[in-house]
Amino acid sequence: MALGDVSRFLLRLLIATPRVLLRFDAIVRQVFNSGALSLVIIMLSGLFVGMVLGLQGFQLLQRFGSEEALGVAAAIGLVKELSPVITALLFAGRAGTALASEIGLMRATDQLSAMEMMAVDPIERVVVPRFLGGVIAMPLLSAIFSVIGVYGAQLVGVQIMHVDSGSFWSQMRAGVDFRDVNEGLVKSAIFGVACSLIAVYQGYYAIPTAEGVGRATTRTVVSSAVMVLFLDYLLTSAFL
Amino acid sequence: MNSPAAIVEIRDLRYAVNGRAVFDGLDVDIAPGRITAIMGPSGTGKTTLLRLITGQLRAYTGRLTVAGQDMSTLRRTGLYALRRRMGMLFQNGALLTDLTVFENVAFPLREHTDLTERLIRQLVLTKLQAVGLRGAAELMPAELSGGMGRRVALARAIVMDPEILIYDEPFVGLDPISLGVILRLIRRLNDVLGLTSIVVSHDVNEISSVADAVYLLSGGKVAAHGAPRDLQASSSPVVRQFIGGLPDGPVPFHFPAPDYFGELLARGEDR
Repeated sequence: MALGDVSRFLLRLLIATPRVLLRFDAIVRQVFNSGALSLVIIMLSGLFVGMVLGLQGFQLLQRFGSEEALGVAAAIGLVKELSPVITALLFAGRAGTALASEIGLMRATDQLSAMEMMAVDPIERVVVPRFLGGVIAMPLLSAIFSVIGVYGAQLVGVQIMHVDSGSFWSQMRAGVDFRDVNEGLVKSAIFGVACSLIAVYQGYYAIPTAEGVGRATTRTVVSSAVMVLFLDYLLTSAFL
Repeated sequence: MNSPAAIVEIRDLRYAVNGRAVFDGLDVDIAPGRITAIMGPSGTGKTTLLRLITGQLRAYTGRLTVAGQDMSTLRRTGLYALRRRMGMLFQNGALLTDLTVFENVAFPLREHTDLTERLIRQLVLTKLQAVGLRGAAELMPAELSGGMGRRVALARAIVMDPEILIYDEPFVGLDPISLGVILRLIRRLNDVLGLTSIVVSHDVNEISSVADAVYLLSGGKVAAHGAPRDLQASSSPVVRQFIGGLPDGPVPFHFPAPDYFGELLARGEDR
């Protein structure tokens, strides 16, 4: 997967994007496929990550007698770091693989060639709506992950460990400002572009055999995961 | 061969993949309004020829014109405009698996026209009726048999009323009844709609029964061409081998390999 090829592919997608935006229903359908269908796994994971955060955070903060800070600690950790990254990793596994194998199989069964023969550009009809769907879905999923995660931390911290509910919420409200939320949003938007691009690229250029589609699916997950963690470091240092 | 009004005209076509020549000076004329069969053993580049004619592959030398347009200089918009005048039936149908049969046939209409829903419905049902599958309109492609899928693909290929209809191996894997249905459809559509049909196949008997002209490709060139009856009577060894289904001849049974005994007697680690 040469970076030059992927960049050129991205350029092709962006050039076709204005025309695709007119097909609003196609994009909505892909937001549903990539976003709504990933909701269960995102919400479950968010809940458990939040609960672990509540437990670990409580243990740590208790040592310093500042367990009231659990709310702000969990919220900052989730909003800035855990939600964008874990959502992107789960997205690559759930939606990215689905995109890559779907497009790869369309290639293998000549559906993309058939579209070209009907004078329909498969980039415009198949690839761009799926790409945009992923790009739109990712920040939304990440935001949902944060909300459920905070609920999970509250569940453990307040309900089980009996951290004072008032200070849990008020410290969170005082400690998390817009810049933190913004950082999380920017990260998940960029991860959305990266993961969706890798998935549609791998699918579109999959070798049209069973083995080729399988390899494209695997590569989607591996490349996405490495790319997300790499970008996360870059973005975190950029936001400092 | 020198019909001046050939709708597809190929002169001295050369095309190579990875340095291996697929076509080495090919001359083909496809006459309008007739069924032309392109036959040849597997691996002679029949499908490649179709992809060249439809502009899916470029990078050839020689001359290739389709409906008067030079394919080597045609840009994307011109190519897409030309493709609207062509229909193609892929080997496995290539139906869009996320759409129903009805929506598959309606797909080109929805993409390229602003017809009302009522008119689209009428057109689609007419074409489905022509292939005998009006009753299957609401099924998904996965629910169809191979022969039915190909008939739906055929309905989709003719829904824009093309001038040229191209069939890539339309008989592969069909039972005798489906095969007969497809054969009759090829003939009837050609005559009723006034199409030009190009059929790639290696099913000698089937295609000979409907084709008006046959091109037999071998070794990157045209080995023989003419009416099916002329080919049956041909004395050319390649034609005799192909039509008679003989395992060995000008087209060898063996893929090129090193000396048999030498390879058998060689020690394993030498490989």
